[in-house]
Amino acid sequence: MSGDVTFWGLAASLVLVGVAIALSAWRRLGLERDLVLASARAMAQLLVVGLALAFVLDEDTPLALSWLWVVGMTVFAADVARRRAREVPRFMVIALAAFLATSAVTLAVVFGLGIFPLESRTLVPIAGLVIGNSMNATVLSARRGVEELRDKRLEVEARLALGQPSWAAALPYLRSAARTALVPQIETTKAVGIVFLPGAMTGLILAGVDPLDAVLVQVVVMYLVLASAATTTTVVSMGLVRRLFTPDHRLRPLARPADG
Amino acid sequence: MAAALFAFEGVTVEGGSGRTILSEVTASVPDGGITVIVGPSGAGKSTLLRLCNRLEVPSAGRVLLRGEDLAGLDPLALRRRVGMVFQRPTPFGGTVADNLRVAVPEIAEDAMAAALERTGLAGGFLSRAAADLSVGEAQRMCVARTLVTEPEVLLMDEPTSALDRDHRLELERLARRLTREGVPILWVTHDGEQVGRLADWVLALREGRLERSGPPDAPPTGAPAVAETGGRDVG
Repeated sequence: MSGDVTFWGLAASLVLVGVAIALSAWRRLGLERDLVLASARAMAQLLVVGLALAFVLDEDTPLALSWLWVVGMTVFAADVARRRAREVPRFMVIALAAFLATSAVTLAVVFGLGIFPLESRTLVPIAGLVIGNSMNATVLSARRGVEELRDKRLEVEARLALGQPSWAAALPYLRSAARTALVPQIETTKAVGIVFLPGAMTGLILAGVDPLDAVLVQVVVMYLVLASAATTTTVVSMGLVRRLFTPDHRLRPLARPADG
Repeated sequence: MAAALFAFEGVTVEGGSGRTILSEVTASVPDGGITVIVGPSGAGKSTLLRLCNRLEVPSAGRVLLRGEDLAGLDPLALRRRVGMVFQRPTPFGGTVADNLRVAVPEIAEDAMAAALERTGLAGGFLSRAAADLSVGEAQRMCVARTLVTEPEVLLMDEPTSALDRDHRLELERLARRLTREGVPILWVTHDGEQVGRLADWVLALREGRLERSGPPDAPPTGAPAVAETGGRDVG
């Protein structure tokens, strides 16, 4: 097939890494070691994942294994989110809830309405896409939410002091955090095709799929990403209210993050 | 003395990292007039005030409002009975009217104008953007915003610390007027002269302990007088 990359092709592409390393050395960026490590790590990780996927996606492998793969991905993603948003106490649970909710919504639509057939070949990549793409929105909305509530603490407490329940007192600030997380996604969706060709479509075209078919898949993917980002930010907002306020509607002390 | 407005019974508040903010404070606040909570910064004045509307809760002991244990009351209902004005003005987004509607969503236009006039602001302010008000105007709007919930008591946490002398005296006169209308006030300050001007009753704190409680005749020791520079003395 026209899209096949041979091992010779893979080796040749290392020239590109060489270019990056050479540039780093020439401009004294000190990133040569990082570039080597990152490139090697990416290749190793993807090769391992590729082998595992080849097994999971095999037609003879039961679908249950694909679901297990999705669960593993979700837990791993929640752990990454937790490490990226350390200022949110026990964020792992919120992130898990967000990824589960977004998976439930998007997979139900995609498979329930028959957009794609439910098989290993579609389940694993779509779940991965949804979770991977909602990661940024999850972390960004959580970090911004905590930041807003911490910086506007006096305003939040003034609302509480007027007798507003914690969710209402937090709403204007969490709304602004959710917008911050969603707006880039919406802007990207608007610019797609004009400014850049997105990854899924580029990959399909490189692999020899008809461009119009690739476009249709890409449109579905973009809608999936929008829905998943909106779902995760909503779940994160609700989770933050539970986590950052006491049951008797007091705002807990919020620490500043140790590092940016 | 009549039944206490607030009674603190052996109240201790532990802060983060095991620091004691208030230590076994037992005191009562008379049901009327202005009670001033005074003391140097870090004495626990604001914490004592915030216990009264459950923005803080005691680690030990209890706080009573007219004989009712606050721990047994719904905090949201309590906060509408016990209004609070903060150290710095806290205008929300939108107009002055939008701000008053945060307190009472279904409030009528004339009730809003009346609340503003009660604090010395003209009704025309309703359509002004809250963010455009001067500090003095914003603080009065915050008082009006609290008053529209018709609180039984008003808590004021160093409400004049961000104001110049004229606005400070104006807010003090407003407080006096409110007490005459039957709304008792708890007022936190570290300004010794303000104690002299305002206090009907004094609770003096130092390092988390109650130092003195009583009428203001004998000035409380350890309350540093703040020079009347007309400037800011944010504590």
